[in-house]
Amino acid sequence: MTPASILCLFFIFLVPLAPAGLSLINTGLGRSRSAAHAMLASLCVMAVGAIAYALCGFAWQGFAGGAAHSLRVAGKEWNWIAAEPLFLWGRALDGSPASLAVLLQMLSAGLAALIPLGSGADRWRLGASCASAALLAGCTYPLFAHWVWGGGWLAQLGANYGLGHGFLDAGGASCIQAVGGLTALSVAWILGPRRGKYVMHGMPAAIPGHDAVVVVFACFLTLLGWLGLNAAGAMLFTGAEPGRAVLIATNTTLSAAAAVLATAAITGVRFGRPDASLCANGWVGGLVASSAACDFVTPAAAVAIGLAAGVLVTFTVAYIEWPLSIDDPGGAISVHAASGLWGLLALGIFARFPDGIPGQWLAQLVGIATLIGFVLPLTYSLNWLLNRLYSQRVAPEGERQGMDLYELGAGAYPEFVTHNEE
Amino acid sequence: MKLLGFLLLVAGWAIVLAAVVLLRTMAERGMFAMAGFGVELLGFTLVVRAHRLPRGKTE
Repeated sequence: MTPASILCLFFIFLVPLAPAGLSLINTGLGRSRSAAHAMLASLCVMAVGAIAYALCGFAWQGFAGGAAHSLRVAGKEWNWIAAEPLFLWGRALDGSPASLAVLLQMLSAGLAALIPLGSGADRWRLGASCASAALLAGCTYPLFAHWVWGGGWLAQLGANYGLGHGFLDAGGASCIQAVGGLTALSVAWILGPRRGKYVMHGMPAAIPGHDAVVVVFACFLTLLGWLGLNAAGAMLFTGAEPGRAVLIATNTTLSAAAAVLATAAITGVRFGRPDASLCANGWVGGLVASSAACDFVTPAAAVAIGLAAGVLVTFTVAYIEWPLSIDDPGGAISVHAASGLWGLLALGIFARFPDGIPGQWLAQLVGIATLIGFVLPLTYSLNWLLNRLYSQRVAPEGERQGMDLYELGAGAYPEFVTHNEE
Repeated sequence: MKLLGFLLLVAGWAIVLAAVVLLRTMAERGMFAMAGFGVELLGFTLVVRAHRLPRGKTE
């Protein structure tokens, strides 16, 4: 292995801290009577995501330059899906860039599959969340990731149509975050709100998270995970030199820092004091927004991207809850979908390339339009069909008892006295 | 309304792709892509409205 491959492998080893942090955030922002269920669901979803990706995900995602199916449209090749063998058959896992991509993608698919758990908290059955994760990691994620990271048609927009350098995303703001966030939106729509959320003539009731300490601690874990994710992604998919890792880490940290300060300031002004759970969401929103452009912008631009992400998360969390009536306990839609889309757009606005090829903003816009116009209907349809075959929402009795007792038979905190909130 | 919203989402995406493939100058492509994006936003609005709880309904 080359020194660059070893460094990349080190960054990939940091990535599991991102799902660890998100699991704790989702759990802490949910009810105490569903805490063990939330953590177990995270673990199971990661497991299902990794196996589904290894089974068929990489076969459809592939790696740039590998075997793929193409369509010819108006004289141009549209590479739309990879043609690798199933279950990594024949793939040498030996430290080559393609093998490092397999490892990173397997973890990334699990991370993307974990994001919807935030919006489905307290009411999403364990079996249904695993089935949904299999669809995401085995179908939706690899298809879109091939277009961006596997040499697909979005990556070729520059070469084929002169749109900048083609659709760019160094750390997975589109493939991982926006795909996961849009799936979270679909799941929240299909499941409907928690019982007791909209009790007074449709007005939302506050259902606070049960452990702010865990939520804020998890933010530190997510930073480490994102440093690995952004650096490894940039090295493998946008050709960053190992020395660029310093710029990438600086930009990632600055974006998260600006976002959390923006959130703290806004909540401080709006509510009289900073809100811990919203600040945690702002922090992760800043990390998400940094992912796309971390390798292409200056530190000052990273601060601007983070500030905007913090503002965006604060207002979209409130707007989604009311008037849109979408119950998203973990803030997954705002943090991953809205911030991810903003990060992609920000690359088109702030990135500067030495060759000065115009049209990067349009390439980014095409990618965002694909996420909203293709990925959202696809992921909604898949989860809708799954819901018809296997009901995703737990029975009313399960919500009343709590997911821990109903699905696992034991609570996370047996010494606690549990209260009926209805 | 939900189905119409999703159809508009896909139609908006198709307009964006058509703009990139069929038009030549960056200004034309940009304008048509923005129009396609607008169609997507319209579809998204319809889908959101279709999923909203009716006013006064308790969940």
